[in-house]
Amino acid sequence: MIEVKNLEKTFGDQKVLKGISTLFEAGKTNLIIGQSGSGKTVFLKSLLGIHTPEVGTISFDGRIYSELDKDEKRELRTEIGMVFQGSALFDSMTVEENVGFPLKMFTNKTTEEIKERVNIVINRVNLVDANHKKPSEISGGMQKRVAIARAIVNNPKYLFCDEPNSGLDPKTAIVIDNLIQEITEEYNITTVINTHDMNSVMEIGEKIVFLKNGLLEWEGSKREIFKTDNAAVTDFVYSSELFKKVRKMYLEEDNL
Amino acid sequence: MLIRYLSQIGRYFIMLKEVFSKPTKWSMMKQLILKEIDDLIIDSLGIVSFISFFVGGVVAIQTALNLTNPLIPKYLIGFATRQSVVLEFAPTFISIIMAGKMGSFITSSIGTMRVTEQIDALEVMGVNAVNYLVFPKIIALLLYPFVISLSMFLGILGGWIAAVYGGFASSPEFITGLQEDFIPFHIAYAFIKTISFAMILATIPSFHGFYMKGGALEVGKASTVSFVWTSVVIILVNYILTQLLLS
Repeated sequence: MIEVKNLEKTFGDQKVLKGISTLFEAGKTNLIIGQSGSGKTVFLKSLLGIHTPEVGTISFDGRIYSELDKDEKRELRTEIGMVFQGSALFDSMTVEENVGFPLKMFTNKTTEEIKERVNIVINRVNLVDANHKKPSEISGGMQKRVAIARAIVNNPKYLFCDEPNSGLDPKTAIVIDNLIQEITEEYNITTVINTHDMNSVMEIGEKIVFLKNGLLEWEGSKREIFKTDNAAVTDFVYSSELFKKVRKMYLEEDNL
Repeated sequence: MLIRYLSQIGRYFIMLKEVFSKPTKWSMMKQLILKEIDDLIIDSLGIVSFISFFVGGVVAIQTALNLTNPLIPKYLIGFATRQSVVLEFAPTFISIIMAGKMGSFITSSIGTMRVTEQIDALEVMGVNAVNYLVFPKIIALLLYPFVISLSMFLGILGGWIAAVYGGFASSPEFITGLQEDFIPFHIAYAFIKTISFAMILATIPSFHGFYMKGGALEVGKASTVSFVWTSVVIILVNYILTQLLLS
């Protein structure tokens, strides 16, 4: 569980996060949505410790990040898995080496044990015949799967994903979304996903946090997002004709 | 402008401190060091050998062509070749060439890791990214004196071949010149410079790659800036060390 209290972050004279408070529960896929420039990326990077907020606290299962010393922060980071927008796989390593990297780095497992765990995780993300390929030799969807495999290989407690399906075709994007949701439930991970993709919201949004101009404008589940009257949320989520129709149908069914 | 340079210099020294803090696991580091030896040292041997051999030859020919007075002994060709190659060409000019070859490789590889979020990935995992990326380069470049020794040898060999087979001096004359007024401290001086330049070659390009901002275009710009600054620092350190050790 990640608890955020009154988070504020300023760059120069621009306040990007204006007192955000929310709770991300374990075993759930939590989505951060909002327009470009709403502060989503800064929020995610603040959760990851890449940005240091001026005001507010981020607590990981009771451990307040800003109160941890350097070693405790590093220890906490080993409990975090991150899927970057561009996958951020290490170019010089094969798929197998990329996935095994956190184990080699932070555990005392033998080569055989690492290989066994890597194969389990690679199979879990449905990657076939890619173990010895370099990231440049596989497709974008496969790269995302490798990134997910690397993020979960060390059994993280917290999984962060920045636009996990950007650049993917709709079918692959849904496969990736479902994979993240399954893994979240299976390993009881606290998952936080930063996304623009409304398909993801409808598919896996167990908790949705909507940011606007650095403020938490609305939060709720994917069911609640259909019923909300918040104009900012409806303007953003139902900006396309397709989603307007989907919402209308959902509300009609719900009334029946 | 001055404040920006000072803050960059300060940042560079903070990076150096970080390089030696929270070391990466030895089993990983060992592999990284071997890879860097391959990329930085072994891959440089070909170009260093080629340049050294032919520049050594050119030094010998130019010296010979300038010795127009018949009273000046021919062995001076060997002497001048040795002095030029050992004191200046091998340690300093090969290092400037390496600032282009090795330095731009280091900056562009680390810079690409920065723009593709690979460095962020390391940091999020809790890896000391500076130690992981820069420390193996520093250790690999401890073998840099070997490259410079090879350069010295091939430079002198090139000079000998050019002088003897070009008909400018006989082999015994050239070899007499090589042995004439030999001061062993000159070798020490050359290797003190070499070790200093190795540190510069490992760290300044790494600094420019590690702290670069932007996209692919900026990686190219960072490589150019890194080459300029590495060369400038090598030239300045060369002057300071020469003043301190030889004057």
